[in-house]
Amino acid sequence: MAHHAEVLSGAAWARRVLGWRDLAAMLLVLGLVLLLGIGARQMVGPFAAEQQQTISLSPAALPLYTLRTVMRMLAAMAASLLFTFTYATLAAKSRRAEMVLIPILDVLQSVPILGYLSFTVVFFVSLFPGNQLGPELATIFAIFTSQAWNMAFGFYQSLRMVPADLDEASRSFRSSPWQRFWRLEVPFAMPGLIWNMMMSMSGGWFFVVASEAISVGDVQIALPGVGSYVARAIETRDLAAIGWAIGAMTIAILLYDQLMFRPLVAWADKFRVEQTASPLVSKSWLLDLFRRSRYLGRIGHPLFAAAARAGRVRLLPPGMTAAARFAPPGRVVDFAWYGLLAAGLLYAGWRLIQSASMVLSWSDVGTAASNGMLTLLRVAVLIVVASLIWVPIGIAVGLRPKLTQTVQPIAQFLAAFPANLLFPVVVYLIVKYDLSPRVWLTPLMILGTQWYILFNVIAGASAFPGDLKEAAATFRIRPWHWWGQILLPGIFPYYVTGAITAAGGAWNASIVAEAVNWGPTKLSAGGLGAYIAEMTAAGDYARIALGVAVMSVLVITMNRLLWRPLYVFAERRTRLD
Amino acid sequence: MTKANPAPVIELRKVCMAFAKPSGKPLPIVTNIDISIQEGEILGLLGRSGSGKSTLLRIAAGLIKPIAGKVIYGGVPLDGPTEGIAVVFQSFALYPWLTVRQNVVLGLDALGLKLDEAQRRAESAIDLIGLDGFQSAYPRELSGGMRQRVGFARAIVSQPKLLLMDEPFSALDVLTAETLRTDFLDLWTGGTLPTKGVLMVTHNIEEAVLMCDRILVLAPNPGHIAAEFKVPLPQPRNRLDPAFHAIVDEIYAILTSRITEAMGRQSQIHGGLVQHLPAASPTRLGGFVEALAAPPYDGNARLAKLAGPLGLSTSDIFSIAAALHMLEFAEFKAGAIKLTAAGRVFAQSDTEGRKRLFKEHLLRFVPLVAHIGQVLDERERHVAPRARFEFELQDHLNRSDAETTLRTAIGWGRYAELFTYDDRTRTFGLVKPAA
Repeated sequence: MAHHAEVLSGAAWARRVLGWRDLAAMLLVLGLVLLLGIGARQMVGPFAAEQQQTISLSPAALPLYTLRTVMRMLAAMAASLLFTFTYATLAAKSRRAEMVLIPILDVLQSVPILGYLSFTVVFFVSLFPGNQLGPELATIFAIFTSQAWNMAFGFYQSLRMVPADLDEASRSFRSSPWQRFWRLEVPFAMPGLIWNMMMSMSGGWFFVVASEAISVGDVQIALPGVGSYVARAIETRDLAAIGWAIGAMTIAILLYDQLMFRPLVAWADKFRVEQTASPLVSKSWLLDLFRRSRYLGRIGHPLFAAAARAGRVRLLPPGMTAAARFAPPGRVVDFAWYGLLAAGLLYAGWRLIQSASMVLSWSDVGTAASNGMLTLLRVAVLIVVASLIWVPIGIAVGLRPKLTQTVQPIAQFLAAFPANLLFPVVVYLIVKYDLSPRVWLTPLMILGTQWYILFNVIAGASAFPGDLKEAAATFRIRPWHWWGQILLPGIFPYYVTGAITAAGGAWNASIVAEAVNWGPTKLSAGGLGAYIAEMTAAGDYARIALGVAVMSVLVITMNRLLWRPLYVFAERRTRLD
Repeated sequence: MTKANPAPVIELRKVCMAFAKPSGKPLPIVTNIDISIQEGEILGLLGRSGSGKSTLLRIAAGLIKPIAGKVIYGGVPLDGPTEGIAVVFQSFALYPWLTVRQNVVLGLDALGLKLDEAQRRAESAIDLIGLDGFQSAYPRELSGGMRQRVGFARAIVSQPKLLLMDEPFSALDVLTAETLRTDFLDLWTGGTLPTKGVLMVTHNIEEAVLMCDRILVLAPNPGHIAAEFKVPLPQPRNRLDPAFHAIVDEIYAILTSRITEAMGRQSQIHGGLVQHLPAASPTRLGGFVEALAAPPYDGNARLAKLAGPLGLSTSDIFSIAAALHMLEFAEFKAGAIKLTAAGRVFAQSDTEGRKRLFKEHLLRFVPLVAHIGQVLDERERHVAPRARFEFELQDHLNRSDAETTLRTAIGWGRYAELFTYDDRTRTFGLVKPAA
């Protein structure tokens, strides 16, 4: 495939008339613009909580539903980018802001997304009473929360790692901060940002599906989309409809990958400062098409030129010199700032305890905590089991370049596929064969995220240095040592990266996996996820908040005590300098 | 080799190797190579990059199988890595997560020794190689030289009969490399090593003459043995010894005639289109010509004398000299380089003058560049995809040579303002005449 486009670009295609590539690219652009328009117009229709349009189970309705689901993803991605550019930049540029913003981000990262969707829905619905925009925004916000935090975190880290020489060079040109941002900082952070966007997007499909149809107490919302379609199919026990939804989602994700991420990743390749192996394929037929198509290039030119001009504007506030670094911090201002922070924290804590003690008792905390332990146990067992299965398979695949080329995209696709669409199939089987939900609902938690372990291990094994493999071969290392001392330690950092994502995903999924329905049949496996789901159904906001808080604490604790030290250890051990 | 030697330590008989090419027939890397290493000798394999010397070392190690010919070790055909052969890698190939001791013990893994015996042997190898006190350090804590010492300790710990060294000093700085070479030679001549023979791959001529008893010069396309030298000087050798110099100069001369000969041969086929262009940028050529034109050389120097003062590696020097020879800015013969009249003018010109002269010579003496310009001229839109020229080149050059050649052609063409190249679209275009 790699040679495909190059061969075609030979002499035969260099003609004056519109080439097929021009036509195809134009159709694509116009089509996308049209689709976006249709999707956006429907989003702001009137909304009344009582009389929403019913979700049709006809497969013919699916394309439009899928389109609207995709629209929500796009909107959330735009919001996440805006957030990333502002929040992360502020944190990277201001020491005082950093002190507050980064820990907040750290906590936000560990909050289960579906958990607090319950309040945000009510908030947004009340913000636009009687309008469909409220629930739309709530859904978009849920996806946003699944993407924005890690994008902002990655961007913040990139900004802090801008090489000093490049930074000094741009300062010596007296670029204004605005110019420096667009010419140095954003380009430098681009590959990381795109990678993060891609990972976030994978997670996003899960949440968009889960958040389209939600009922909190007596507020019931079903926004037209794939998620609602599946929810309706569950209500009516329609297994065929679920099959249709799975098909539609598969197509949507594949298109999204081909039309958006492949081109982006291939394009961002030029911003890479150092040449390190990237686990992504940086080839895109679409990008090649656009680059080679003269007519499209001409049409796009004014747009790019305008964007470039915007980046060149100095935008310098009067009285500020371009090259000035931040002045050394004043001690007085520092103390005032610390004081303000402390006062704010104390006040918030006091208010929290005050309002919580009115509705919650210590026994509630106990219940939530013991449920939390059950879910923690499940996550731990699942990670161990998934690792035992996928690590050997991943290594076996990664050591064979040909196989890697076929398996890796599949693993990436599976990681992006919203596993909650598959839940009904499993639930149907559990109901049919009368299996124990406490055991058989558990694997659902890791159904969607186990693939992160697989594809990270594959990436690790295929990136294993050739000279180390050769050394192992010449010294004829015995199989047992070859695994234990050579290969497993070598891929360990990759494995940890995958396991962290898988574990985080499993916590998030517990809210939809531990309590499921099949028509009127309700199954619950117990655990914190089930607890939050039940409280959401009952509209008990205080206990939802309690459940969410307990889960956040557990996730943060796990991250701090297990994953982060493990990651640092793995990283440090495999580095040569 | 007329006198009756005992059986060689290892023997490569009529070995051929080729790598698959995406299009069509496989590309030969080395053909019909016969190498035998006698007991007690260090054999050097000397050649430029791409001459297949590392491939030969890997064949001798049993890491890759030749497509034809065989390797005899210990009286039987070699079939994969075996006991008694150890490799020292250019990149050290240490496991970052294992300590120095663990890395060295790994060299004994295949012997299946008891742990305390393995530890004892590792300890004595560490001691011998001068790593005492670093046993529990991780590779990242060590300098390059110390890392390669670990590489040596790991290789000799199993008391191999044959030691294969793949450019073991080329990743080290000059001083460290020299120390390590001397230390290794002391061990070797002191008879403390159980090793019977050494095969060393290198591209550094002086290193080869300093260490080896016999040197095989490999020539590329496809790799074959171009010459054999004996180095009859006793160890330790002195770099300032006239006899040492004589051998170095002799090897330079052979390599030079090989290069010019090959250039002459290449220009015969396909009207010279398929010509391997050396990796030498116009700025480098300019700088080199300037230095060569200035005293003390005054336009004439022996290559062996130039490498040191200009801070260039042997392969760089050869690339530059070959490029200048090709462009007829200099004459490159028998290890010496001499500026032509055009070369002297080039040295004295300003930037514009140099570009003009360079363009003239390019069009005249480098058919590939002229060909690219011509194709662009003939085309209606004056653009041509890179793939077009790539295919032409890859029929006769291997992938990496074709890549270097095209990169050099692009660099030269850009400098001479003959054509432009857009790497995003991978197309060549004509320079628009200034309005």
